[in-house]
Amino acid sequence: MTAMQHDPAYNFAYLDEQTKRMIRRALLKALAIPGYQVPFASREMPMPYGWGTGGVQVTAACLTPEDRLKVIDQGADDTTNAVSIRKFFERTAGVETTEHTTESTIIQTRHRIPEAPLTEGQILVYQVPIPEPLRFLEPRETETRKMHALEEYGLMYVKLYEDIAHNGAISTAYAYPVKVEGRYVMDPSPIPKFDNPRLESAAIQLFGAGREQRIYAVPPHTQVVSLDFEDHPFEASKADHDCDLCGCGTSYLDEVIVDDAGGRMFVCSDTDFCAGRRAEGHSGRLSGEDAA
Amino acid sequence: MRDDVLSGGFADTPVEAARAFRAALEAMARPGSIHRVEGARAPAPVSEAAAVLLLTLCDRETPLYLAPGHDVAPVRDWVAFHIGAPLVGASEAMFALGGWQALAPLDAYRIGTPDYPDRAVTLIAELVNLAPEGARLSGPGIRETARLSLPEVAAFQRNHHLFPLGWDAFFTCGDRLAALPRTSVVEAG
Repeated sequence: MTAMQHDPAYNFAYLDEQTKRMIRRALLKALAIPGYQVPFASREMPMPYGWGTGGVQVTAACLTPEDRLKVIDQGADDTTNAVSIRKFFERTAGVETTEHTTESTIIQTRHRIPEAPLTEGQILVYQVPIPEPLRFLEPRETETRKMHALEEYGLMYVKLYEDIAHNGAISTAYAYPVKVEGRYVMDPSPIPKFDNPRLESAAIQLFGAGREQRIYAVPPHTQVVSLDFEDHPFEASKADHDCDLCGCGTSYLDEVIVDDAGGRMFVCSDTDFCAGRRAEGHSGRLSGEDAA
Repeated sequence: MRDDVLSGGFADTPVEAARAFRAALEAMARPGSIHRVEGARAPAPVSEAAAVLLLTLCDRETPLYLAPGHDVAPVRDWVAFHIGAPLVGASEAMFALGGWQALAPLDAYRIGTPDYPDRAVTLIAELVNLAPEGARLSGPGIRETARLSLPEVAAFQRNHHLFPLGWDAFFTCGDRLAALPRTSVVEAG
């Protein structure tokens, strides 16, 4: 097989070398201070903010020609955002791409952690919209920075407590705040809280927020604790169903409306995981029918 | 100008720097792990791995301190030609290169501020020996424990107690490198 070539009109992996060095220095400091948001000089990318410009810059700084890249959007390999980012790197870096979690070396993700456990040698790059977990409680950057410096996270606990007072339970279902290695409170990006336990991983996890100009990281085998109370412990919840295509009872599910009469189905949000199970012969409630 | 000053850079920078950075990233993410890098050659006494790190991470924006022993004319000229990093004293440096003894005193370096703990120096310490033996490491990036032939223990323990402030270090020996971030707990082996 001949190695793929990147479009010679671009530098390898799109970014210029000085930009990559700046991002690489930020990534190393991010790993050295797990959960701390390192400011970086985010560049304009050829895609709008909100489409993963932070993740794309981190991926570009990490890619080597030998990598096999997977891109997912809410668990799916075949959605617009995932397809366009995959094509972007096929063209500008000439890297191989894959949809299989186990075959990939770098996975760029929007709002999900793959179901298959990640291993040493893999890097998970998160696209992050709002990196500051305290931002909606305290809009001033000068104040949130001070709160992190002083390890003053009382406000976050008040927020979770008010959830319980109003709703009887912590109602935060995604972007559920975590404490990394007992020090920094971190926003794990808008992943469902179902994924929070898997933030303790053997893979390197890097977070890029392009518009907000922040990079942060969780090294492998690092303690990541979801914030909770002794009498209201954290619970990694999901829809109380099995997947209607592969029958899996433990994966994270998307609810899909299938007609205008209240019909619905639940399917694995991780398309590669679901397809893999169906290839192994597993089936679900609707797998015999034409769900379309 | 001498040949060894003008030569020794990457032949294909985007690709070689990318591979070198992945080694550096894995090293920093998994303290104690040792990685091989290639593609750069700087005048003595700079090792191949240290030259690769300088080319991959340093540029005009990163003040660099050359410790005694490495602060020699051919190295200064090589840095000026290939990297362009301003050469500064220890207290202003973002990166510092030298033998472990020569890098002392360690309290001269920037360790960041409570608001910006990332504004701390990265030491590149040249060691005579780099092997997975000796001091016992634990902490983020390490499944249980790892071992690394650190030149001493006390300095790393003091640095760890400063967390989240503190400096971070790469260790280089020939064409191999390892790293120790401020989060690692170091005990005598």
